[in-house]
Amino acid sequence: MADVIKKATRESYGEALKELAEEYKDLIVLDADLAAATKTGIFKKAYPDRFFDCGIAEANMMGVAAGLAACGKIPFASTFAMFAAGRAFEIVRNSIGYPHLNVKIGATHAGISVGEDGATHQCNEDIALMRTIPGMTIINPCDDVEAKAAVKAALDFNGPVYMRFGRLAVPVINDAASYKFELGKGVVMKDGKDVTIVATGLMVNEAVEAAKTLEAEGISARVVNIHTIKPLDKELICKCAKETGLIVTAEEHSIIGGLGSAVAEAVTECCPVPVVKIGVNDEFGHSGPAVDLLKEFGLSAENIVKTVKAALKK
Amino acid sequence: MDAKLKKELQKTACKVRMGVIEGTYNAKSGHPGGSLSISDTLTYLYFNKMNNDPKNPDAPERDRLVLSKGHTAPALYSVLAQKGYFSVDELKSLRHIGALLQGHPCIHIPGVDMSSGSLGQGISAACGMALAGKIDGKSYKVYAILGDGEIEEGQVWEAAMFAAHKKLTNLVAIVDNNGLQIDGPISEVCSPEPITDKFAAFGWHVITMDAHDFDDIDRAFTEAESVKDKPVAIIQKSTKGKGVSFMENQVGWHGTAPNKEQYDQAMAELNAQLKELED
Repeated sequence: MADVIKKATRESYGEALKELAEEYKDLIVLDADLAAATKTGIFKKAYPDRFFDCGIAEANMMGVAAGLAACGKIPFASTFAMFAAGRAFEIVRNSIGYPHLNVKIGATHAGISVGEDGATHQCNEDIALMRTIPGMTIINPCDDVEAKAAVKAALDFNGPVYMRFGRLAVPVINDAASYKFELGKGVVMKDGKDVTIVATGLMVNEAVEAAKTLEAEGISARVVNIHTIKPLDKELICKCAKETGLIVTAEEHSIIGGLGSAVAEAVTECCPVPVVKIGVNDEFGHSGPAVDLLKEFGLSAENIVKTVKAALKK
Repeated sequence: MDAKLKKELQKTACKVRMGVIEGTYNAKSGHPGGSLSISDTLTYLYFNKMNNDPKNPDAPERDRLVLSKGHTAPALYSVLAQKGYFSVDELKSLRHIGALLQGHPCIHIPGVDMSSGSLGQGISAACGMALAGKIDGKSYKVYAILGDGEIEEGQVWEAAMFAAHKKLTNLVAIVDNNGLQIDGPISEVCSPEPITDKFAAFGWHVITMDAHDFDDIDRAFTEAESVKDKPVAIIQKSTKGKGVSFMENQVGWHGTAPNKEQYDQAMAELNAQLKELED
């Protein structure tokens, strides 16, 4: 087996901005004193005239992005998820969401895999918050290939988009040459008939690994990658509910209001089947190496396997 | 200022105030006090200063205005109606279900450049618009109108820092210093004073202005145009409720609509003022 290449999706974000800048002349990048961490520094180095550091002032940055978009620019407002969705929530709602402006929010360091910085910076609430804003598109890519494709898709889409990227280097599981990103469409990574594991972000790889283990034990698990959490691919989710009768969701986010909630909301209306949620339970994170935290909080292939088996026994 | 022009602006401002009363009376809610305090400035900007065309409200080269103190939308709507962006009759359905005119400015209304109303946010959007103008080398100006109570919001000072640092010389912020906010005089609630010193310290060129004297308004905006190295803050001394005797300087008229009797009295006063100007 070939060596697994790992890369953080924040890195993909910075690179994609740089790669797309030539083609998209209205692309502007804003950051809030985190360019080295969000990786917009890659863009800044190549296009210093199109990069604006707003300083440690995320509320104003979101408003500035709104004003730029109102004048035809395509701003990518970049900071950690905690500050983009958390601190600046109301500005995103009122200055970007309500006027439905063409602002792209690049939120890095999402989830518990922020690691050592601890609970203050581990944003497990951003998907929940952003989902409540009418007209907001939410993309949570699973790897480098998907992340880059997502940035391009966001550029081609006219309207506010919240993009969620991670700090931790994660396996590249998609093939760059053949990969096609379709906004709002889930991807069946592996077919199966006993259960559907619906995953997003770095949990997609864990779900694929879990499905292999389950397969070896005689359980046929379907794996669906939901990169676009809003609008949700309800058609696919409902089809999976009907065909497999059980759904297990997996996300690096609170079990309240994220992918699991979105999936449960969808299936209760179209085909009520049990939905078991794997995510960060109703608790704060804490400091530690990202990989250890993911294991501790059950965000692993092992826990998916365990959860699927337990759910099938019921 | 030319005497004839001044009289025309005074007349228009009077009609704008009538629209504020008409709108809030019919809505049975809204914010007449702060709307009346900015009526003269808005009239001056839309009728004498800004490059704006009601036939082409989205023209890329137009000057922009963000009403950061969005609760005073009745004044903005009334000016836009007088200018011809939509019918004056629309003011009568302000805040009604299905109406064009929302309680706070909405970008989808002809002539409204930015949705606003959650205080402290409009100034940031205005910064973004000014920045876009700088990036594209365009000559348009961006005006943002803030309340003196509004500048208690921390975001205003994030924006103030940003505008000066990015040298947004195409940005003019107007602070409507009528001295009153919902809970009382600004000096008693949580004073943002000294306002002029604060903007100066943040790197802005600061001008003070009498908000109800068109000669002084003209002087202030002419001076603003001459400033080439900094964003400009115009601190306008105004009277909340200006033009309607019983509303003037009364904090209670911040967010209360006139009843029928008060409406009749206000309209009678404004009609008398208009008649005097027309004689």
